Amino acid sequence: MENRLHVGTRKGLFELARSNGVWEITDVRFLGDPVSAVLADAEGSVWAALDLGHFGAKLWRRDRAGTWREMAVPVFPPKPEDSGDDPHPWSLGKIWVLEPGGAPGRLWAGTMPGGLFRSDDGGASWSLNEALWHMPERRQWAGVAGGEQPGINSVLIDPRDPSDIRIGVSTAGVWASTDAGGSWRLINRGMYAEYMPPKQRDNPIVQDVHRLARCAAYPEIVWCQHHNGVFRSEDAGATWREVTAIRPSKFGFAVAAHPTDPDTAWFIPAIKDERRIPVDGKVVVARTRDGGRSFDVLTRGLPQHHAYDLVWRHGLGVDESGERLAFGSTSGGLWMSEDGGDSWTMPEARLPPVAAVRFAPM
Amino acid sequence: MPTVSFTSALQRFLPAPSAEVKGATVGAALAEVFASRPALRGYVLDDQGALRRHVAVYVNGQAVRDRVRLTDPVGPRDEIYVFQALSGG
Repeated sequence: MENRLHVGTRKGLFELARSNGVWEITDVRFLGDPVSAVLADAEGSVWAALDLGHFGAKLWRRDRAGTWREMAVPVFPPKPEDSGDDPHPWSLGKIWVLEPGGAPGRLWAGTMPGGLFRSDDGGASWSLNEALWHMPERRQWAGVAGGEQPGINSVLIDPRDPSDIRIGVSTAGVWASTDAGGSWRLINRGMYAEYMPPKQRDNPIVQDVHRLARCAAYPEIVWCQHHNGVFRSEDAGATWREVTAIRPSKFGFAVAAHPTDPDTAWFIPAIKDERRIPVDGKVVVARTRDGGRSFDVLTRGLPQHHAYDLVWRHGLGVDESGERLAFGSTSGGLWMSEDGGDSWTMPEARLPPVAAVRFAPM
Repeated sequence: MPTVSFTSALQRFLPAPSAEVKGATVGAALAEVFASRPALRGYVLDDQGALRRHVAVYVNGQAVRDRVRLTDPVGPRDEIYVFQALSGG
């Protein structure tokens, strides 16, 4: 099978294929429409979540034969009369992340305003995870970036046991279920939030987990790009140690974990919330190969003069080999690496702002 | 019977032909359209059945008052028009 990359942007979905060592755009869909999440699954389907400005969130699937069909979207149940003080809407804002569930036909969708949904029939229908939605603590979940809605940005399924799940929430820390979503616990310890009042600094539920990434071969190893730092867990998200060696800065959104090497991960640091631009106008990738003790700042092939590209949570991806990476930026930059990040090339394209990149499984 | 028409901006995503319906309220009229075209519902209404924030519905050129429960009355010769609320330039 060819190497393929799917890139969800503010103005459509782009498919790239690699032939003769060159990445080229081979298909464009939903041109003009915002794509909020993308997934290419092991069964050969491609999923694109749209965030239509006027008409709501939509979900499309391309089957193995190449036919696109509109699928069901997650729908929240009727809001009970006695839930008037719920600060979050009971209506789908957007699908923020899609992940395969580790069983045939199963998918998880993390959404704004913070609902986690599951499909067991390949996206024909969805059900809200009521256990998580009805936890009283959910009303403490905070909106993203000043918005009203919290969002589930990461869904990590243990490859050894699909009932073992971690989710990352902006802004509500890391939650775990070991019974396929039947019950949930807020588990993260060791993160701190420097933007909160001192007494709230260490409270697990106020931690702004921008993105989680898990080593597939060692699922207990989880990396987090947090609002004010990089953290690493060696017990599947329960306890976290800050990775202070990250450079050139500790703010960022995206993280990718090497699929087989538990000590390798990639980040794309930026100047933090006040400005949200790369440090010194240089786009760089920070890579650790020793569990976070040290970092290489990778620049070869990346713009180093007046570059103001920001990379969102789902804008960085790695393939199953751990050698091939891609990231896309808010300025429409798209860079590819075939050597673990040592060097980068840019396909011939000026894309719309990139929300998500995803390699198709081989 | 009242008629329901949809903006051409919606036709880009799925078929949404005009329809004559029986309903006596905006909600009942729309429900009749959605009964035969269920995929259309989620483009116009949110999960709780209210009008989407950026969707507008006019009856004979006037914006409906009740965007949540859609109780505005409609008469037999009324024209209901569903379109996108413009926001920004």
